Amino acid sequence: MKQKHWRALQQAYMVLIFSFLYVPIVVMAVFSFNESKSRSVFTGFTLNWYKSLFTNSMILDALALSVAIALISALISTVVGTMAAVGISGMGRKSRLLINNLSYLPIVNPEIITGVSLMLLFVAYRGFAAWANAHMGAELVPQNIFGLPTLLIAHISFSVPYVIFNVSPKLRQLDVRMYEAALDLGCNPTQAFFKVVMPELMPAILSAFLICITYSIDDFIISYFTCGNLQTLPIAIYSMTRKKVSPEINALSTIIFLVILAIILFTNHMDSRKYRRDQQRRG
Amino acid sequence: MKKRLVSLAAVLLCAVLAALPAFAAAGDTVPAGPDLQVSADYDWNRFRGQNVTLYVYNWGLYISDGSDDSIDVVKGFEDLTGIKVNYTTFDTNESLYAKMKSGAANYDVIVPSDYMIGKMIGEDMLEPLDFSNIPNIEKIGAAYKNLEYDPDNAYSVPYTWGVVGIVYNKTMVQEPPTSWDALWDIEYAGNVLMFNNSRDAFAIAAKKLGMSLNPTSTEQVQTIAEELKAQKSVVQAYVMDEIFDKMTGGEAAMAPYYAGDAIVMMQDNPDLDFVIPEEGTNYFVDAMCIPKGAKNKEAAEMFINYMCETEVGAANCDFIGYSTPITDVWETLDDDLKYSPIAYPSEEVLANTEVFISLPDEINSAMDMAWSDMKSYDEAGSGWMVPVMLLLALALIVFNVWRKLHRRQRSDLY
Repeated sequence: MKQKHWRALQQAYMVLIFSFLYVPIVVMAVFSFNESKSRSVFTGFTLNWYKSLFTNSMILDALALSVAIALISALISTVVGTMAAVGISGMGRKSRLLINNLSYLPIVNPEIITGVSLMLLFVAYRGFAAWANAHMGAELVPQNIFGLPTLLIAHISFSVPYVIFNVSPKLRQLDVRMYEAALDLGCNPTQAFFKVVMPELMPAILSAFLICITYSIDDFIISYFTCGNLQTLPIAIYSMTRKKVSPEINALSTIIFLVILAIILFTNHMDSRKYRRDQQRRG
Repeated sequence: MKKRLVSLAAVLLCAVLAALPAFAAAGDTVPAGPDLQVSADYDWNRFRGQNVTLYVYNWGLYISDGSDDSIDVVKGFEDLTGIKVNYTTFDTNESLYAKMKSGAANYDVIVPSDYMIGKMIGEDMLEPLDFSNIPNIEKIGAAYKNLEYDPDNAYSVPYTWGVVGIVYNKTMVQEPPTSWDALWDIEYAGNVLMFNNSRDAFAIAAKKLGMSLNPTSTEQVQTIAEELKAQKSVVQAYVMDEIFDKMTGGEAAMAPYYAGDAIVMMQDNPDLDFVIPEEGTNYFVDAMCIPKGAKNKEAAEMFINYMCETEVGAANCDFIGYSTPITDVWETLDDDLKYSPIAYPSEEVLANTEVFISLPDEINSAMDMAWSDMKSYDEAGSGWMVPVMLLLALALIVFNVWRKLHRRQRSDLY
C-alpha cells in the first residue's frame, strides 16, 4: 500500500514537471487558432492567423534572416570549432588548460556584455575603415559592415565555444591507437583524420551543429546590438510589445515547434532502426 | 504574314503602354496594389529601376501590414514606385535613440515620438525636410503642425497622435474614475495596472500631483518618484502590452493606456470604458522624420508623402487605431469614430493636455535612477539580499580554492 502511494507521488511529480514544460506550448498553439486577438478568451476556431502569417512579409523576412544566419553561422562555427578542438587536444597540459578556460569565458559571460562589446568593436572598425580608405584614397576596406556581416561574425563568435565543448570530450574518448593504426596501414595524416577520426567524431559534430542552430535562432540580446538595420525574428517579436503581439506569432511558433518535433522524432526513429540493425548483425 | 501580325501587335502594345501614363495623369488617382489608390499628381516613378532600397524604422505593429484582412501598405508603395522597402521595427523611443546614436544602423525614415524628435533636433540628428517633395503636408491639420518639439515644423510630418487616459472595467469599480487618484485608491489594491515605462509612469504621477509632466529639477523628480513608490502597494503589475489581455480578460479593474488602444479593448470587452482624467494628461504625437546621413533622402520624402495619401492614411488609421492628423482621413471615418470623445477629444480637453519635451540629461538620468529604485523598492525590505549573495559567492570561491589545495596536498602524498 505504502509503495503504491509512493509510486503515485512519483508519477504526480513527473506530470507536474512535464506540464511546466509543455502546457505553455499547448496554450500558445491553442490560441493560434483563436478567432479574436485575445490571449485569454477563446472566442472561436479560425485558420486566419496562419493564412495572414504567410502574407506578412515583415515576419517572413525576419524568419528567413534568422534561419539563414542560423544555418550559415552554425556551419562555419562547426568547422572552426572542430578544428579548434582537434588542435587543443594536441596541446600540452598547461596550454590546453589555458585555451580551454579562455574559450569557456564567453559562455559564462553575460550575453549583454558580449553584445555591447561586439557592437563597440564594429563601430570602432568602421571608424578605422573610414580612416584607412581616406588615407589610401580608395575604397579598399569595406566600411559599411553593419547588417549581415556583423550578425554572422557575432553569431559565429558565440557559437564556436559550444562546438569546442561538444567535440572535445569525444576527442578525449577517442583511442589514439586507431589513428596510429591507420597511419601504419598506409594512410597519410590527412587521410587518417578524415577516414578514422572524423567518423568517430561525427555524432558530436552533428549535435554541436544543432546546438549552434538553436542558440542562433534563439539569440535576442547579441543580435539586438549587432543587427544594423536588419531584424531577426526575436527582434521583430520584441518590437510588438507596445501594441499587442500578433497571434500570427503564435501560429509561427506552433509551426516551428512542430517542425522541430518532427525532426527529433525522425532522427530518433532512424537511430533506433540503426541500433536494431546493428543488434541483428551482431546477433 | 505572321511576322507582320506580330509587329502590328507590338506597335499596338507600345501605343497602349505609352498611353497608360497619360491615362493616369488624366484621372485623379493611380493604383498602388489591388485595393489602394493614390494621387496621380505626383511623380511616383522617378526612382523606378534604379535599385533603390529604403530603410524604414517604425514602431512594432504600427502600419497596415496586410494581416487580419488589412491592406499591405508597404507592398503598395513598392509596387507603385519600384523602390524596395526594408521595413524594421522598434519597441521604445529610447531604443531607437540608442540605435541611431551608436551609429550601428542607417535608416531613411524613422518615426519617433514628440520629445524624442525634440532631442534629436537638439543633437543635430535629423535632416530638414524638403516639402516640395511632400505636397501632402497640406493635408495635415493645422493643430498638429508647429508643435513645441518642432516649432517651425521643419523636421517632422505627424503620423499618429493620441492621449493617455484610464481604461476601466465598469463592473469592477463602484463609480467611474474621473481623476488619476483612482490609480492610487487603496480600495482597488491588486487591481490596478501601471505603465512599465518610466516616462509615461512619471507623467501620470506628476499630473496627479498637479505638476508638469516635464520636470525641471531633480527635486521634482524625487517628489514624483515618492508618489510612484506610494502607489506600488496598489499596483498588480507593471506592464505594457499585457494590459490588453488583462483588461479584456477582466483580470484588473483599471489601467492607464493610449486612447487608440483603449478603443480596441472596448471593442473586445463591452464592459470597459475610457476616461481622460480631469487633472489633464499627456498628448503625444508620433511623426515621420529623416535622420542625418540618410542615403536616399528624396525617396524617403516620397515615402512620407505616400504615407499621407488619404487611402494609405485611412488604412493605417484603421489598422493602428490611433487618431490621425490627416484631415482627409478623418473625413472618411464613421461618425462614431469621427466624433468619439476618446479618439478625437474636444478642444477643452485637449487644452488641458501637455506634450512631452526632451529633458536635460541630468533630469533624464535622475528619472531612470528613481524609476529602477522604485521598481526594486520593497516595503518589506530586500536590502539584506545583496550582502547575503556576496557572502555566498565568497564562500563558494573559498571552498573551491580550499578543495583545490586539499587535492594537491593529497596528490603530493602519493
